[in-house]
Amino acid sequence: MTSPSGKHEQPASKGAGRFIIGGLLVAAVVGAGVFWFVTAPRPLDQERLVAIEAVDADPGRGETIFWAGGCASCHAADGAEGEDRKVLSGGHRLTSDFGTFVVPNISPDPDAGIGRWSLADFSNAMLAGVSPSGGHFYPSFPYGSYVRMTDQDVADLFAYLGTLPPSDQANAAHELKFPFSIRRLVGGWKFLFFNDAPRVELADGDDQLKRGQYLVEGPGHCGECHTPRNFLGGFRSNEWLAGAPNPEGKGVVPNITPGGPDVSGWSASDIAYYLESGFTPDFDSVGGSMVDVQKNMAELEASDREAIAAYLKAVPSRPNGY
Amino acid sequence: MKVRTLITTAAFGLAAVAAAYAAEPQEMRQEMMKKVGGATGAMAKMVKGEADFDQAKVIEALTTISETMAGFPAQFPEGSETGMDTEAAPAIWTNMDDFKKKSMALKTDADAAIANPPADLDGLKTVFGPLTKNCGACHETYRLKKEG
Repeated sequence: MTSPSGKHEQPASKGAGRFIIGGLLVAAVVGAGVFWFVTAPRPLDQERLVAIEAVDADPGRGETIFWAGGCASCHAADGAEGEDRKVLSGGHRLTSDFGTFVVPNISPDPDAGIGRWSLADFSNAMLAGVSPSGGHFYPSFPYGSYVRMTDQDVADLFAYLGTLPPSDQANAAHELKFPFSIRRLVGGWKFLFFNDAPRVELADGDDQLKRGQYLVEGPGHCGECHTPRNFLGGFRSNEWLAGAPNPEGKGVVPNITPGGPDVSGWSASDIAYYLESGFTPDFDSVGGSMVDVQKNMAELEASDREAIAAYLKAVPSRPNGY
Repeated sequence: MKVRTLITTAAFGLAAVAAAYAAEPQEMRQEMMKKVGGATGAMAKMVKGEADFDQAKVIEALTTISETMAGFPAQFPEGSETGMDTEAAPAIWTNMDDFKKKSMALKTDADAAIANPPADLDGLKTVFGPLTKNCGACHETYRLKKEG
């Protein structure tokens, strides 16, 4: 048996060759166009910005959001204590599989910080991950969680940040590996992973549970460390809060779903007390990056810590994500 | 009588020495941290209102913390960096002086509270917060969450 085509096939004519090259070019142009379209930074629509501008902002309420959002944990200087945690000079280095992110200055200094930002600039940063110059922020700034925040909370937080002391410390560049150093690619990450959908569907939640869901999935951004990621930096599906390898080196970030080995025996009040005091039910103490997070949680109203606890008891139990 | 006391004491002493030699530093320091945790818990129950304020018990707890911490940093010799589910961070051995300083800060605070013991629940609350800040201050850098 000989092949029906094979050796009898005619060599491709010049016309066909040109057709193929032409086709590849079209595909490349279309591909580039699709890439450009998909990865374009998309600020908030005008309607949302108008709604945020219309809010009666209160810096006092903004302080609660400041602690709930953990701003100081990254943006204050390393080792800052007490009132120094409100000086958001940046400089903290966040190590990851993609390279090292150097946290920027978000103090109200007009040159080194965000003192010249409008509320619209701030809202685009928090809710769309878009900078005032129209580029992407890297999702190490957890707008993937903050996108769930209310207009009121964003406006209140912006008002509060404006009351904090300025710092003239200059920003340093991120030190990222190729190709993650190409900022435009963040658009691909957003296309795949960035949305404001709930992380889990909770049936018939009461107000306390809804408040807990908002704090954990939104400003608290707990999942950013406690949920395992795939190689593109998106959360692995069905592993919400299941724990993850420690991005900063050895060890793990614990599984905090109700079945997690560290927390399975904890009551809601045990969780609330841990967030308030840093002590586990057997008076072991908080460690690692959670030390700083717990300091933030201690600044919240007791009812907010109780809401977080109620939510953590209600999420689906998952096997360890590390 | 005296002889018997002497023999008993010697026997207990030997047993203690044997136990000390039998335990690896990783186990020793884990036991020590559990002791400190237990003492902290006794005071925390009073602070939380789950137990009545009892000055004698507070002093006992503070003494346990002080005595345990005195020997704690010595339990991190070279060669004990890994094994037995240790949660000790490698940073301990690169910053041993700072690690010792942070361990001693807890002992110093406990000693100060023993010297001037809290007279009532409010006094205990004043002491308890700053005292236990030492736990997180050290664990933030020198403790890792192990897998499992």
